[in-house]
Formats: sequence, structure tokens, C-alpha cells
Amino acid sequence: MKVLGISGSLRQGSYNSRLLRVAAELLPPGAELEVWHALGDIPPFDADAEHSPPVAVTALKRAIAEADAVLIATPEYNHSIPGVLKNALDWVSRPIAANPMRGKPALVIGASTGMFGAVWAQAETRKVLGALGARVLDEELPVATAPDGLDDHELQARLADLLRDLVASGAALMRAA
Amino acid sequence: MAVATAVPAGTWTADKIHSSIGFEVEHMVSTFRGRFEDYDTQLVDGKLVGTVAVPSVKVYDENLEAHLQSPDFFDAQLHPELRFESRELQIDEDGTVTLDGELTIKGTTKDVTAKGRYMHVEADMTGGERIGLRLEATVDRREFGLNWNAPLPKGGFVLDNDVTLVVALELVKAEV
Repeated sequence: MKVLGISGSLRQGSYNSRLLRVAAELLPPGAELEVWHALGDIPPFDADAEHSPPVAVTALKRAIAEADAVLIATPEYNHSIPGVLKNALDWVSRPIAANPMRGKPALVIGASTGMFGAVWAQAETRKVLGALGARVLDEELPVATAPDGLDDHELQARLADLLRDLVASGAALMRAA
Repeated sequence: MAVATAVPAGTWTADKIHSSIGFEVEHMVSTFRGRFEDYDTQLVDGKLVGTVAVPSVKVYDENLEAHLQSPDFFDAQLHPELRFESRELQIDEDGTVTLDGELTIKGTTKDVTAKGRYMHVEADMTGGERIGLRLEATVDRREFGLNWNAPLPKGGFVLDNDVTLVVALELVKAEV
């Protein structure tokens, strides 16, 4: 089973990209994480171009379509979703009826240097994924005080549980197909 | 048209040109309707059994069709079929029908009672016998896990929770 990981941060030393690497180690056997590294290549959403989207958008949509589940790790900018992540999801959502997130199992996690662990950005990302018709796990994983928080064993155990739920959701779809 | 009270024996299948299976639900200020194009239904010795393919849902917008198939509503990926299996059909003298049965939507099975009418012609244009069944049953969609809704700015919600399933079947005797 393939899980596509998307970090909402482009920063080289991103704690959310690091959180994805932690997640990769905690996935149950049989599941592997493929991390999407080209979020920064996606231009601003333009509805005039949605029928002939840029190559970077087509590639992201294909990667989502080929994945069995999606894992998003997002930072929080000004109490909300990073623009690059929201912009990418806006591209992915078009056309809405055939968008590759529809019915796709999805888990949102997030890390921040502060006390709240990007909890609002996670909630809003879940809302956006819900609008796309994704099968969003109604759970959150606020990783506070990054980078130290990333090493917390309790947190990693909870992340492992959530990843197991995500993979189980993907497996249920594979059985139904 | 004659009205009979005896439960028709034998196996009867739907003439799909003259039959329909759909639903009605109040949407803000009016009645919204949808239908399913692909279904299989039989009346066998007075018991009605039907399955409906969720991906065949038809409304006037493809985005809405996709939304109806998503986990917010029917979740067609995991639950591609609706199913109804009745107990014995009861026909009153005036043709009124009461039909109890088990309805399965999104993996949840509930008892429902459908009401409607029974019609019968002894001979159509080519001499074949026909049975008509019109049935309606109202269910609370939340009991089947179809929970989506959206609040309105000044109170209330976009979509009612009570959904009426409307089935109109024109049944012909199955070839033996």
C-alpha cells in the first residue's frame, strides 16, 4: 500500500517534512510512504487554466490518484493553512466530480514550534479535504514545541495508531474494489 | 383497471421502461428528487426483493452525483448497493398496499414499512398480464449514516433528514 505524504512547508529544514520522515518509520508493515517534494513548483491557481493545468499540477493529481491514502503534515501560518498547501489543494479539486482526493483516505497531522501544534491549520485542512470528498480521519495530531516535540514517545505512539487507522481505511477500499 | 386483493403468485420482473426508483427530500424550500438507473427487482410469490446500484444515481449535476456517492452520503466505494427485501405483500380491497421489509443502505439494515397501491391488468396490448406497484417509505437518512448537511446563515439546514423513497414498478411475468 502506498501512502502519499505532503508537507505544507517548503522550508529546507521544515519540521513538518521531518514529521513525515518520522511517520514513514511508524507505518505498519506493507505500507510505504512516498513524499511529494514538488509543492513549490505549483503556480497560483487560475480557474481559466483548470482544464489544461500546469505539468506540476497534473503530476500531483496523478500521484494522489495512484496512492492508496494521503498523509498531510502542515504547519500553521497566521492561524490557518499555508497558502502553498491550500493552493495545491485548490488545483487538485478541479474538476470537483472527478478530483483524485474524492473517496481517498486522508490523515492530517502538523507540527509547530509553539504550544498548539498547528491545531487550527489541521482543522482547516481537514475541512478543505472534506470539501474535496476525501475520506478524512476525524483526528488530529498536534506536535507542539518542534523540533523537540517530534521525539516524544507518547506522540509517536499516537501517530503510529493514526497511521494504522489510515492504512486500514485504504485496505478496506482495496477489499471493496 | 381491475383491482385485486390476492397476492400474485409466481415471479414478476420490472419493465424498466415503465418503472422507476428514486428518492425525494426537502431542500431548503422545495422538493429535490433523484433516481437510480440501474437496479434489479423481482416480486416472487408476493415478496419483493430489489437491489439498486449506487453509482447509477442520477440528478441534474455531475458534481452532485459525485457528492452523493462520496462518504458524506452513500459511500459507493464501500457500499455500492442498496437492498430491499420484503415480507409478504398485503393488499387491501381498495388496492392499498402495505409492505414491511428490511432496507439496507450504507451497510445498515433497518425495518421499514412502505405504503402504496397495487394495480393489475389482465392483458396488455400483447395479452400479457401486468402488475403495478407504487410504494413510498420515509426514512431518517441519519439512521443509515447519510449525515451531510450545511447550516443556513439565519438558522436551519439546507437538507431535511427525512427522505422518501419512491418506487413505481410495472411488473411483467418472468419468462420461464
